[in-house]
Amino acid sequence: MEALTNRVKPVARKKMTLLERMYLPEVLRGMAITFRHIFKKKVTINYPEKTRPFSPVFRGLQILNRDEEGRERCTACGLCAVACPAEAITMEAAERQPGEEHLYREEKYAAKYEINMLRCIFCGLCEEACPKDAIYLSETFAPANYQRKGFIYGKKDLLIPHPKENPEAYAKAKGNRIAQPQGHGNEK
Amino acid sequence: MHLLAIDWSLLTEKLVLIVVVVLISLVVAMYSTYAERKVAAIIQDRRGPNRAGPFGILQPLADGLKLFFKEEIVPKFSSKFLFILGPGIAMLTAIMIGAVIPWGNKVHLFGRDISLQITDVNIGILYVFGIVSLGVYGIMIGGWASNNKYSLLGSMRAASQIISYELAMGISLIALLMITGTLSMKTMVGQQMDHVWNIFKQPLGFLIFLVCAFAETNRTPFDLSEAENELIGGYHSEYSSMKLGFYLFAEYVNMFLSSAIMVTLFFGGYDIPFVNDATFIHTIGTNWMAVFQGAVFFIKIVLFLFLFMWVRWTIPRFRYDQLMNLGWKVLLPLALFNMLATGSLVLLHQNHWHF
Repeated sequence: MEALTNRVKPVARKKMTLLERMYLPEVLRGMAITFRHIFKKKVTINYPEKTRPFSPVFRGLQILNRDEEGRERCTACGLCAVACPAEAITMEAAERQPGEEHLYREEKYAAKYEINMLRCIFCGLCEEACPKDAIYLSETFAPANYQRKGFIYGKKDLLIPHPKENPEAYAKAKGNRIAQPQGHGNEK
Repeated sequence: MHLLAIDWSLLTEKLVLIVVVVLISLVVAMYSTYAERKVAAIIQDRRGPNRAGPFGILQPLADGLKLFFKEEIVPKFSSKFLFILGPGIAMLTAIMIGAVIPWGNKVHLFGRDISLQITDVNIGILYVFGIVSLGVYGIMIGGWASNNKYSLLGSMRAASQIISYELAMGISLIALLMITGTLSMKTMVGQQMDHVWNIFKQPLGFLIFLVCAFAETNRTPFDLSEAENELIGGYHSEYSSMKLGFYLFAEYVNMFLSSAIMVTLFFGGYDIPFVNDATFIHTIGTNWMAVFQGAVFFIKIVLFLFLFMWVRWTIPRFRYDQLMNLGWKVLLPLALFNMLATGSLVLLHQNHWHF
């Protein structure tokens, strides 16, 4: 029969030599190989104690950013929700009341802001769409949860810690990915 | 007049010894499971269990606890009595071998010389062979009682394999027995302490015995009876909970005790190498001597256990026809040749040929 391709290789069914039929030399050779592996470097990383560094372009869990005085930057314009290809973002806007200037940077803010982490594909389009530098993808990922509703992250989960009240947690959450908070947020 | 005088101190002494030997076998078997996983991991460039306790040394406890808490299932159409009897026999026969192994010479306690061997029967090796042959019943009964094709296949494989390899094993030992002239394990160790170890007199016999020991304990490359990828676990595929644990445990106890037998028969048992025992015992006393002997014996056993694991994580399983070929067409003739050669040499030696 003619071969369909020229990549066909006949199976070698040669008889085993006497040494091979004795098994033991080959077994010993194999054992020498495995013995050498005892001294090799382990490739495993002790995960919870040690983590592999993420790449600088890693896109992880979203963060709602605050400005340097700790005011929320989000104005609930809805551009992120529109940009989101997975339709994971919903929000409700509210008007800033007098006396709330230290909480929200502009006169409109997101009263409710939810991201469904089961829908999110971490594409980062929300980050690109945001005119106020209010949403960022951080260097962590969504931890496992026992329930589906645990994956719907509200403002409580997404907001970055207050930079003045809790500077350490703020710095940790900010990571290296987020650019330094700027004055206006429109420079991007 | 007491016709039936019971030596109570002897009885308690033996009882304590039995409990200690059983405990040691079980603990060693327990930690063999840990060692196996660790060795496998290290050979495969992984880390192995390291979460339970420092370096994961509590892992066997966690495993045991898990097995105890698992649901115990007896299949509906199984033969219930035999189903429960199977793992029991496997465990019992595994532990019983420990009775004739000399763990050390003797200790001097409470004004008595206590031999560190449960019984020094003068047919020690025959006893071992008898018990090892019984061991196959545990697998056979368990596999048959499960009423499952795979279990039956696994147990059939185990039975035919153990029977085939026992033959070569026995004949390889006959050569050894012709040299030593005794069946008592303790006497053999004594001879090896005075002269060279038997491995130097019977290298081929040892090799055959080693291969057969692998087959008898159902270890890779002879683990066809539990071939996970062909028989979903073989004879114990219907077992769960601690009954499964017993089977797995019996394998490790078997491994430990067959290592002990190989050390006793071929590697001088509790003989401390490169040390003149007579002068050494003078300087440190009987009891410390026994401690050292026990430790040396243990080290030798651990080396053998490592060999078992090392081989397991190196080579794949034999095919069934290869297994039978090796047993009947290679090992048996080799063992027969070894026996005849040894026999003729012994005969020449007795007729005043010196070499």
